[in-house]
Amino acid sequence: MDSSRRPLVALFATVAIVAAACSSGSSPSASESAGTSAAPGSSESGSAAPGGSAGGSAAASFGHIGGTVTVVGSWTGSEQDSFMAMVKPFEDATGVQVQYTGSRDLAAQLTTGVQSGNLPDVAGLPGPGLMKQWYAQGALKPLDFVDLNAYKSVTPPGYADLGVASDGKLIGIFVKSAVKSVVYFAKANWRGGDPKTWQDLQSAAKSAATGSTKTWCIGLESGAASGWPATDWIEDIVLHQFGPDVYDKWVAGQQKWTSPEIKQAWQAFGQVVNDAYGGPNYILTTNFGSGANPMFKSPPGCLLTHAGSFITDFFQKQAGAKPTDYDFFPFPAINPQYAGAVEGAGDLFGMFNATPQAKALIQWLLTPDAQAIWVKRGGALSGNKDVPVSDYPDAASQKAAQMLRDAKVFRFDGSDQMPNAMNDAFFKATLDFVKDQSKLDSILSNLDSVQSSAYGG
Amino acid sequence: MDRLISSVLVVLAVPAVLVGYVLTIEAFAGRLPRSVGDRIRPWLWLLPAFAFVLVFLIYPMIATILRSLYGSAEGKFVGAENYVHFFTSSQTLAALGNNILWLVFLTGLTVGIGLIVAVLVDRVRYESVVKTVIFLPMAISFVAAGVIWRFMYELNPSVGTLNAVVVALGGQPVPWLINAPLNTFMLIVVGVWMQAGFAMVILSAGLKGISTELLEAARVDGANERQVFRSIMLPLLMPTIAVITTTIVIIALKTFDIVYTMTNGNFDTEVIANRMYKELFNYGQPGQASATAVILLVAVVPVMLFNIRRFQQQEAIR
Repeated sequence: MDSSRRPLVALFATVAIVAAACSSGSSPSASESAGTSAAPGSSESGSAAPGGSAGGSAAASFGHIGGTVTVVGSWTGSEQDSFMAMVKPFEDATGVQVQYTGSRDLAAQLTTGVQSGNLPDVAGLPGPGLMKQWYAQGALKPLDFVDLNAYKSVTPPGYADLGVASDGKLIGIFVKSAVKSVVYFAKANWRGGDPKTWQDLQSAAKSAATGSTKTWCIGLESGAASGWPATDWIEDIVLHQFGPDVYDKWVAGQQKWTSPEIKQAWQAFGQVVNDAYGGPNYILTTNFGSGANPMFKSPPGCLLTHAGSFITDFFQKQAGAKPTDYDFFPFPAINPQYAGAVEGAGDLFGMFNATPQAKALIQWLLTPDAQAIWVKRGGALSGNKDVPVSDYPDAASQKAAQMLRDAKVFRFDGSDQMPNAMNDAFFKATLDFVKDQSKLDSILSNLDSVQSSAYGG
Repeated sequence: MDRLISSVLVVLAVPAVLVGYVLTIEAFAGRLPRSVGDRIRPWLWLLPAFAFVLVFLIYPMIATILRSLYGSAEGKFVGAENYVHFFTSSQTLAALGNNILWLVFLTGLTVGIGLIVAVLVDRVRYESVVKTVIFLPMAISFVAAGVIWRFMYELNPSVGTLNAVVVALGGQPVPWLINAPLNTFMLIVVGVWMQAGFAMVILSAGLKGISTELLEAARVDGANERQVFRSIMLPLLMPTIAVITTTIVIIALKTFDIVYTMTNGNFDTEVIANRMYKELFNYGQPGQASATAVILLVAVVPVMLFNIRRFQQQEAIR
C-alpha cells in the first residue's frame, strides 16, 4: 500500500517543481521577446515620426545619404514627439530613416548593450560618468568629425567640455539642456527683484519677511533618492563661493569633504536650513514637489525656493499656482569673482556605431536649425548661442535661455558625476546633517572615507 | 504578439514535456527486469526536480560564493577583502544591528500576537470575522503596505493618522520615521501588521487539531484555563510554534521591501538586504553584494537546519 503510493507522490512533486521552475524559466524568454520588439530595429518607432517644420535648408547641405540610423533615448511622449520633429528635416533631406526607441531605463539597457555588443548607432547617455566608462571600454566612438573648437565657440564656457573624454576627444554632445541654479519666488510676496549677490538676497529677504515667514522653502523627501535637493544646494554654494576649480576637484574626488571650503559650504547650507519653513522634521518628511507649497499661501510660509526649472510643474499641480504667479532669478554670486556660474543638466548624446548616417545625424543635431525646432516646441534650452532667444515660447524660458547664454561657467550636476557610492552617501549625509547639524564633522569625515574607496574604480 | 505566442507555447509545452518525460521513463523502466526497474525508477522520477534544483539553486549559490571573492571588476581576485569590508564598514554593521532588532522583535511580536489572538478567539462566535480582519493585511504586498504606512506615519497631522491622534491628545507631531531607534521599531510594526495574521491562522489550525477530549479531561480534572493553556495547549502547539518562528526569523533576516519603500535605510534604519541591493545596483560592487548575500545565507542556514531536524524528528515519531 505504502510503496504503491510513492510514485504518485513523486509525480506530483516533480510536476510541481518543474512547473515552478518553468514559470520562472519562462520570464527570461518573455523579456527576451520584449527586448526584440523594443529593439532599435523595430519599424514601429520609425514610422511614428510626426511632422516637423523648418530647417530644411541646413539639412539639405548633407545631401542624399539613405539607409537608416537607430537611436535610443530616454524621451517618451511629448519629448519623443519633439525629438522626432527635430530630425524630420534631416530625414527629408538625406533620406536617412531615424528609428527612435524611447527607453525608461536607459542606463540598464545600454549597460547590457555594451556587454552584449547589441547597441544602437546613436544613444542618449545617462550621464558623464557612464559616458566616460563606455568610451574607455571602446564601446562609445569618438566624434572626431565634429569641429570641437567651433562647438565650443557657440556654447557657454565649460559646456562642450562635459562631453570631452580625458584624452581630449569629444564623445558626447548636448541635444538639449536645463539650468538648475535658479531661485523661484511668488510674485505676490517677493519685492527683492533679481538680487545679484548673496548679501542682497539676504537683506531683501529680511525686509520682505514679516511675522513668522521664513526665507526658504525646502522639501528633501524623494523616496529612494531623498536628499538630492540638498545636494543641489550644496553644489551651488560650492560653485558660487569657491568657483569651478574647487568644484571640479571636489566632484573628481580630489578635494576632501573635510576641507575648509566644502565644510563652509555645508555650514552655509545649514544657515539656509535654519532659515527655512517648518524646521528640520518638516523639511525631512516633505516631498520636494510639495516643498514650495507654503510659498503660495497667504500669508506666505516662506519666500524663495531653490530648484531646477522642472519644479514649475509642481507649483501648478501641488500648490495650485498659475504660471503668472511665480518667477525666478539666477542663483546670486556668493563670491563676486564667480558671478555668472551656472549649474545645469542636459541630455548627452553619443555614438556607438560610426556609420555615415550616425555621423550625419550627430552633426545635424548640433546645428542651430535643429536645436531651434525643439526650443520652439518648449521644454528645452539650447546651449547654442546661434539659436535666438526670441525662439523660446514664453518669458520664463527666454529668461532661462538668456541665463544659460550669459553663463561665464557651466557645470554639470556634481553629485550625478560622482561615483554612485559617493553620490548615495552624499544624499544620505545631507539628511543626517539637516536632522542634526552638530554632527557635521563626523558626517564629513565619513564622506571622506567613502571618497577614499568609491573612486578606486 | 510575440509574448502571447511564447506564453501559449509555455502553457502547452510544459505539460507536454512533463507527460512525455513520464511516459518515456515508464517505457524504459518497464522494459527492465522488475527488480532493477523498481530500484532505479525513483531516481529517474527525481531527476528533473534534482536538475532544476541544481541549475536554479545550487549553481547560483556556488557562483555567488565564488563571486564574493572577487572585486568590483570580474576576474580581480581579492580573497576575503569583501568580507573584511562587511565586518569593518560602519554602515553594514549598523545594518546588521538593525537586522537583529528585526529578528527579535518581528519574530517575538508576530508569534506572540498570533498566538494570543488564536487562543482568545478560538471559541467565540465572531471568530471568523476577527481572523479575517487580522489576516487581510497578508494579501497586500510589502511595497503597498510600506506606502500605506508612510501615510500613517506622516508628520502632518491632517495626513498622518498616528500624528492626528497624538495632536488630538494634546501632543506635538512626532517624526516617526526620522528619530532612531524609534523608526526601526515603527518599521517592525508594519511587518508585524502584515505577518501576525499568517501566524494566527497557522496557530489557530494547530489549536483546532488538539483533541477536545484532552481539553475536556483537563477541565474535568479541575485545571483552570490558564493551566490548560500552559500545560496542554502550549506543549502540543510547540511544533507549530517552531515552524512559525523559523519562518518569521527567515522573513526578518530577508527584510527588504518595507525598509526600501519607507526609508531606504536613511536615518539609521538600514538592513542587510537593502544594503546588498544598493551595493549591487547602485554602487556597482557585485563582489561586496555577493559577500553580503553569502553572509545572509550563512545566517539563515542554522534556522534551516533546525527546521529540517525538527521535520525529521516528526517523521520518525510517525
